[in-house]
Amino acid sequence: MFSLESLTTLVQDWLNKTFPPTWALLIEFVIVGILAIALFAALGLVLVIMERKVAAWIQIRLGPNRVGPLGILQSTADTIKLIMKEGLTPDGADKFLFNLAPFIVMIVSMLILAPIGFAKGFHIWDINIGVLYVSAISSVSVIGILMAGWASNNKYSLLGAMRSGAQMVSYELSVGLSVLSIIVLTGSLNINDIVLSQQNGWWLFKAHIPAIISFVIFIIAITAETNRAPFDLSEAESELTAGFHTEYSGMKFALFFLSEYINIFIVCAIGATLFLGGWMPFHIGNWESFNHIMDYIPSFIWFFGKTFFMIFLIMWFRWTFPRLRVDQLLNLEWKYLLPISMVNLIVMTLVAIKGWHF
Amino acid sequence: MFIVDYVKDVYGAMKSLLVGMNRTGYYFTHHKEIITEEYPDNRETLVLPERFRGEVVMAHDENNEHACTGCSACELACPNGTIKIINKFDISPEGKKKKAIDTFVYHLELCTMCGLCVEACPTAAINMANTFEHSVFNRGQLTKRLNKPDSKLKAGVE
Repeated sequence: MFSLESLTTLVQDWLNKTFPPTWALLIEFVIVGILAIALFAALGLVLVIMERKVAAWIQIRLGPNRVGPLGILQSTADTIKLIMKEGLTPDGADKFLFNLAPFIVMIVSMLILAPIGFAKGFHIWDINIGVLYVSAISSVSVIGILMAGWASNNKYSLLGAMRSGAQMVSYELSVGLSVLSIIVLTGSLNINDIVLSQQNGWWLFKAHIPAIISFVIFIIAITAETNRAPFDLSEAESELTAGFHTEYSGMKFALFFLSEYINIFIVCAIGATLFLGGWMPFHIGNWESFNHIMDYIPSFIWFFGKTFFMIFLIMWFRWTFPRLRVDQLLNLEWKYLLPISMVNLIVMTLVAIKGWHF
Repeated sequence: MFIVDYVKDVYGAMKSLLVGMNRTGYYFTHHKEIITEEYPDNRETLVLPERFRGEVVMAHDENNEHACTGCSACELACPNGTIKIINKFDISPEGKKKKAIDTFVYHLELCTMCGLCVEACPTAAINMANTFEHSVFNRGQLTKRLNKPDSKLKAGVE
């Protein structure tokens, strides 16, 4: 059976045989960097066209259908256009911060990629505090957004950035608490251990109703954290033109746009890892033969399938639900999501201590 | 009870959101519902609704006869002066003067397709056609004469 683990060990063995260990490590860094950038570029293209197609079908439209077969080259054409455009820096802007901000947002997205397990034995950094690392790094991206809003010297940008800050700070809490409710069950922050603990079934099904409640809270909160509709107050097309990236153009705008989609992918990957078993195939308890058949599907297909299912859910939300006002947004978090997830965490702890889960 | 209202709130919100997702999910999976017309490609098979208002036309029958008496009710009804009716006086065989239409001038470039002229017409002489490809290179081509040359009033229409 094909697995990415054997491929990585093959490459590592070869590098260690031909080069001294330091050089081998450096070459591995370069390979990982190139792979990460390639993944980002591919994801950007795929997710943008997916978003447009999903939007079109939900709104009873056809969507892009002119560039390439079924319009699948549309996002490539858009990217080429953006590369050729001039990256303008406004006169009144803080030049250094203005040009730095898109890279900060992008680098943060890249850093979160490190502990995610893409397939069995295929991850960049098997760190023992993986989930903590992700939740710590993901809150840095708000600095990039605030930087962009402040440096643009534009009232709309500043307002959008401030809203984004308020939104991310509040929704981080419920993301944290719903992640915690799974950590309570696994007893480990290591992403690999979390995946392995779902050997006999995914946590979404194993831990009864509390897991489903925390899954719903998680998916609402990550939608808000990635600044997507119905929580797109930091962009708010109708009020703030484009929020924090109003003044950006060309490739600098594209970096913000890309990082939005990369962030969606990453939070969905985390959600898929915690609730849907990451790269673990669909297993049901002791049904050995059934589990064995499921194992034949390669683990990276399971991982990407689950992640894209979560991404589709979030896109479905975006094109179905009406937008929230700022006060409604904070009401939802502080009066509903946070109390519910706190109570849910207590129930989940009880379940974990008593061993009521499967 | 506060807690009961709270739970009801959450339940109602989840339920209404699921109803919405059910609807959009239906549209997502049922592509036959798509209403987009791929216009220049399906020009031959394009079907427009009957009530589509594209242009004012005057119906003529096979004898080159129309039903316009020249009463100028449409001219009065038009909110932006699109219609101008020029009348003439026919001499009937008995030597009586009879008002008849000479030219029905229609300025398509001024028309907003409101349809008030069609509603005002007492003899149903004009109606709205559903043609819509009105682009021309010269603005003068948009000023049209609706009654055909040598056409005359249908017998029996007063």
